[in-house]
Amino acid sequence: MNQVQAPAAGTALAPVWQVLGTVLDPEVLALSVVDLGLVREVLRHDDGLEIVLTPTYSGCPATELIERNVLDAVAAAGFGPARVTMRRAPAWTTDWISEEGRRKLLDYGIAPPGPVDPADGVPMHFVGRSPSGQRLACPRCGSLQTERLSAFGSTACKSLYRCLSCREPFEHFKPI
Amino acid sequence: MQASIQPGRDAATQYVLRLGDTCLILGQRIAEWCGHAPILEEDIALTNMSLDLIGQARALLTHAGQISGLGHDEDQLAFLREERDYLNPTLVELPRGDFAFSVLRNAFMATWLKLMWQRLQASSDTELAAIAGKAVKEARYHQQHACDWVVRLGDGTDESARRLQAALTALWRYTPELFSDDAVDEQAAARGLGPKWSELQADWRAEIGALLAAARCELPAESAFRSTGRQGVHSEHMGYILTEMQYLQRAFPGGVW
Repeated sequence: MNQVQAPAAGTALAPVWQVLGTVLDPEVLALSVVDLGLVREVLRHDDGLEIVLTPTYSGCPATELIERNVLDAVAAAGFGPARVTMRRAPAWTTDWISEEGRRKLLDYGIAPPGPVDPADGVPMHFVGRSPSGQRLACPRCGSLQTERLSAFGSTACKSLYRCLSCREPFEHFKPI
Repeated sequence: MQASIQPGRDAATQYVLRLGDTCLILGQRIAEWCGHAPILEEDIALTNMSLDLIGQARALLTHAGQISGLGHDEDQLAFLREERDYLNPTLVELPRGDFAFSVLRNAFMATWLKLMWQRLQASSDTELAAIAGKAVKEARYHQQHACDWVVRLGDGTDESARRLQAALTALWRYTPELFSDDAVDEQAAARGLGPKWSELQADWRAEIGALLAAARCELPAESAFRSTGRQGVHSEHMGYILTEMQYLQRAFPGGVW
């Protein structure tokens, strides 16, 4: 839902989107800011380009670095003056990660997020039940015999799991 | 020495500052666990939650500075106010205590914040609604995680249950402040800025009641004690945490890294 599609090749702003597709997320180096759905819009104004980004987490320490990397990439590609605008609403959701982004996550060894539960009030449930009620597949061996080690992982956007079949730990990109 | 600033005194600014300070001070308290949590995964989880709260505080304080019209930025509001101008409820400034104390407080506050963010999504203030739309997703994870631990401790060993019950006894009398109202709440509610804090009470009691039952805890007797942090009248612990937070900006004005 509400995934942003880059404009078709040949249209005026397509080259800008192409460059943005090379700007990687500093914390998940498998994905570009376009794959993650952070780029909401690219606009051409008289005084330069405006790139509209949506931040992922309130406290994501990579937000400012992403902004700088986007501006650097656009400048290096010779698109002239550009600015980044942060758009907070609607809030970013993992549902905006593209299909290609999900494939890249899996290849990188991170279990991609499932769809976000549309029910607003997630009911409280206590220890022992997996959040969505369904098992997560191991990104390495595909086994469904996995368990959550911790709801929080190395970055705000991930949680930590382990596979009981191949015995490897892996990360899961949390649906949010 | 960097001089103190006086924040806006209007109801809208005060309403947003109360929320911003709640996130800021709780975030700071949780961050004290960095390097001290009982296990590595929990160290990471606590610092993750702290990071979310500080991010929410940044957005709220920035917004409070804009509403007030006084031109204060997030750093000035976070680091250059006097103690009396911080408006968080006393509960969040209490020293972190043991792990059970921090976990139970996190469960109380994540539940409260989740309920608050849910309602703020309908705020007449579009920026506040946008901040809430992001934060409510984070608060759900915080609540889930903290509540898991509350049950695990309460329904765990004799020692963990004893500590959780002690934490509950210590914290419970600070919770009425989370549902007290004054003129700031009345005006915020009248303008559609956000709910009166008392509007969260029934839902909070229902969710926390279910949690404490699952954790086999006994609810302490209600007390007549009322804390007053959100009016700026804090516990003796507030001065110490502010000293630690403000030292750098006071000693090296405008210092950045």
